[in-house]
Amino acid sequence: MCRLFAITSQEPLSPMVALNALDVMREGHDCSGVGIFLRDLAGPFEDIKDAPILSGIFSDKGLKRLDTFMMDIGFMTKYKISVKLPKIPPPGVPKRDVYLIRAYEYPEEWEDMSQPQLYDQLLKIRLQLRTMGEEKKDMIVFSFWPDVIMIKEIGDPMLVAEHLNLDRKELNARVIMAQGRQNTNYAITLYACHPFFIQGYATMTNGENTAFVPIRSFLESRGFDGYSGYQSDSEVFTHILHYTVTKLGLSLETYKHVITPLQEEDLHNHPNRHFLKNLKQTCRPLIIDGPNCVIGCLPDHSVFMVQDRKKLRPGVVGGKRGVYAFSSELCGLDAAIPNRDKSKDFQPMHLDTAFVGPGRQEVTLWNQKDPLPLPH
Amino acid sequence: MEPERPIAPSTLSVKDLPWQILWDLEKCTLCGKCTAVCPVNAIELGVFRKRILEPPAEITLETATAFKSYYGIRQKTDPAYRCVGCAMCTMVCPNDAIVPCRTDESDKLKFHVDQGGQPRRRGGRRNMPGGVLDRLKFIRISMLTDPALDAGRHEFELRTLLGRVLPPEENLKFLRINGWIPPVREIYPLIIGAMSFGALSPTMWEGLQMGVAYLNEELKMPVRICTGEGGCPPRLLRSRFLKYVILQIASGYFGWDEIIHAIPEMKEDPCAIEIKYGQGAKPGDGGLLMWYKVNKLIAAIRGVPTGVNLPSPPTHQTKYSIEESVAKMIQSMYMAWGFRVPVYPKISGTSTALAVLNNLTRNPYAAGLAIDGEDGGTGAAYNVSMNHMGHPIASNIRDSYLTLVQVGMQNQLPLLAGGGIGKNGNLAANAAALIMLGASGVQIGKYVMQAAAGCLGSESDRCNICNIGLCPKGITSQDPRLYRRLDAEQVAQRLVDLYLSFDTELKKIVAPLGRSTSLPIGMSDALGIDDPNIAERLKIKYVV
Repeated sequence: MCRLFAITSQEPLSPMVALNALDVMREGHDCSGVGIFLRDLAGPFEDIKDAPILSGIFSDKGLKRLDTFMMDIGFMTKYKISVKLPKIPPPGVPKRDVYLIRAYEYPEEWEDMSQPQLYDQLLKIRLQLRTMGEEKKDMIVFSFWPDVIMIKEIGDPMLVAEHLNLDRKELNARVIMAQGRQNTNYAITLYACHPFFIQGYATMTNGENTAFVPIRSFLESRGFDGYSGYQSDSEVFTHILHYTVTKLGLSLETYKHVITPLQEEDLHNHPNRHFLKNLKQTCRPLIIDGPNCVIGCLPDHSVFMVQDRKKLRPGVVGGKRGVYAFSSELCGLDAAIPNRDKSKDFQPMHLDTAFVGPGRQEVTLWNQKDPLPLPH
Repeated sequence: MEPERPIAPSTLSVKDLPWQILWDLEKCTLCGKCTAVCPVNAIELGVFRKRILEPPAEITLETATAFKSYYGIRQKTDPAYRCVGCAMCTMVCPNDAIVPCRTDESDKLKFHVDQGGQPRRRGGRRNMPGGVLDRLKFIRISMLTDPALDAGRHEFELRTLLGRVLPPEENLKFLRINGWIPPVREIYPLIIGAMSFGALSPTMWEGLQMGVAYLNEELKMPVRICTGEGGCPPRLLRSRFLKYVILQIASGYFGWDEIIHAIPEMKEDPCAIEIKYGQGAKPGDGGLLMWYKVNKLIAAIRGVPTGVNLPSPPTHQTKYSIEESVAKMIQSMYMAWGFRVPVYPKISGTSTALAVLNNLTRNPYAAGLAIDGEDGGTGAAYNVSMNHMGHPIASNIRDSYLTLVQVGMQNQLPLLAGGGIGKNGNLAANAAALIMLGASGVQIGKYVMQAAAGCLGSESDRCNICNIGLCPKGITSQDPRLYRRLDAEQVAQRLVDLYLSFDTELKKIVAPLGRSTSLPIGMSDALGIDDPNIAERLKIKYVV
């Protein structure tokens, strides 16, 4: 089982806060890999919030190909973080040439594009780079999006952090999500490493997705390029969220109804039963069967946690005004926010969605039996 | 030596028949029950002459031979009176003195059954045991990474959808603008397939209907039953139980005059309308109710004269192209019930199923597609159709599902699989395998007759006389002397048993796979088979 930790804070934090929390929970993962998602960035990225940032791992050759490719389109480098690597990586961590975190200036021709067009282009470029990298095994691309950095690597999270010198000011962020990987039935490939990201939506999951194959078939057949390349059964959770919000125009509360719809009796008693029944039928192939705990982040910087309907994975949310964390285990929460009111800690159950909005003022709990919020 | 009987080309001995009656003189009480019960008069009271040698101890001039006669059972060898192996004689014999046995070699009767140039017609199923379905294994067992569920204690939602499900974007849009959303039924995935009133006896039909009503109203299992092409009794049409019934319309339109006239008086809408274009047991052939079974009641419900053969044409005669045949008919049927009832076609398994499917994907009204594989049963058909025509269900369903996946419509157009599900008794395993190959639900007929009413038929050509109305169990007979043997209440009871045990077995399959929140339609990663070619064909795992 993997271990997950997410924190959202008004004050920018070092990624080490999350990695320390993972380290406290190390009994729950096998140190086979780590994935970090940073958003609402501080430091040098604070002033270039709109510039898309490319995160990935490149060989020297790959980097050259990247540069040619990006320049051909018209992207100019705006800012980059240089990661100076010791010559010999720690045990269990593969040798890499370049860990790239680079913010770009949009091509001039793109100035007139609407935001949706822009976002589609960014996705297209990320997918193109991924394909290019898979062909020659010289690039791995995690995200290409404004105000988002992703770092993934195989190995013990603490060793990786030290190796990459993650405890640096440039990487401070207000939303941090991290996963300590427990390798299960999929071979270690970094594309199978959580968190997953698509067009502003990120999730990471604890557990195994038994309904993966039918869900994958459904997503892949939506005719949307981004729903592809699945290396992990958990990636579909990110894509279902993306589909629910962007394609169906529904809210986070409805996400829970999509992945784990109410059963007949509860549905019958629900004030929105007509809508929910239709939703359940039409989104039937997206129903998950757990056991899963999903922690995710929306483009507006809200962070949330939902559980599957019955099997449930450990998950707790707690904190104080201005800083809240979502953790697989209490000890992780304790390590990150020790001086909080622990009586307010909450462990979401089968009907709950817990989320902390962009204001970071409170944990909002929403029960699946509650009426759905009115459309905005 | 002159033979006792003249030897003609079609003169057969008992040895040449597929079934031989073994009869024990010692045990027989000569009660006559076996000859009375035999549905085809294959046995009769026989007087046998026997020479008995009684050589005296001393040599005398008197003869040592005596002739005696005894009474017993004689098996007829005339092809018209051949034993069908139903073994009703064994069932009624108080002393277990008689039993039909399958011949130890291929029989000779098959070469002579066409007397008068009439090829063999029969009821039943393809006479071929085995099949791929039983070989499919469920290999994705949840273990430590994903604990298996408790089949006995977890909540399960093992329902399926019948009806055209709109894609999410459209469905939500139509909800907003109050557009027409096609009717969708949430039903139990094991459907009682089309068996007509007429093919089945009144007691059998009544028993099934009672069982279905009980399952729905007392056990809250949304089980549905299809009428087949034979209309529907008027009282059922006007009752609240109609909502559990799928009305079938086929090329003979039997009973539809009655149905159409009952529409204004219907208290409930039927569950769905099934348009039958084909049947797995006799693909490309129409329905057939032979004259033996067309009595006054059947004739009245179907709107035909009594005592005549009722062959339905192989196709719907008023239509000639797929656009007309399918699209117009589906639309007309929708219109009849004010667009509140799902309408879907049923075809026989065929290599051209994908052409039909592709047409349906472009028809916004089509509520599903039922495909009936080669192992489907029938009340009457030509033997050659039953044994040699048709397409196996597994690859037909798989191809159809994968085609739907390709166009992204796997949730929009439910596929129902039929034909040979549970033919070897493994109902839940076969049904679950088909669901994981991509079926939304399965239709069963023969299994219901065997489990709920004790049908004697088998893939070894046992009984199979449903066509001539002589069903010794009273399941497919219209003769009151025969169908009185069947107690409708007991049929209902057995049907409930069948569904409850199926439900438990289905849970015992899906729970270890870690599934319970929804039916694992298309979960092909759970399936494996020990044959690489089949694995490749069905796109599942090859396991040894």
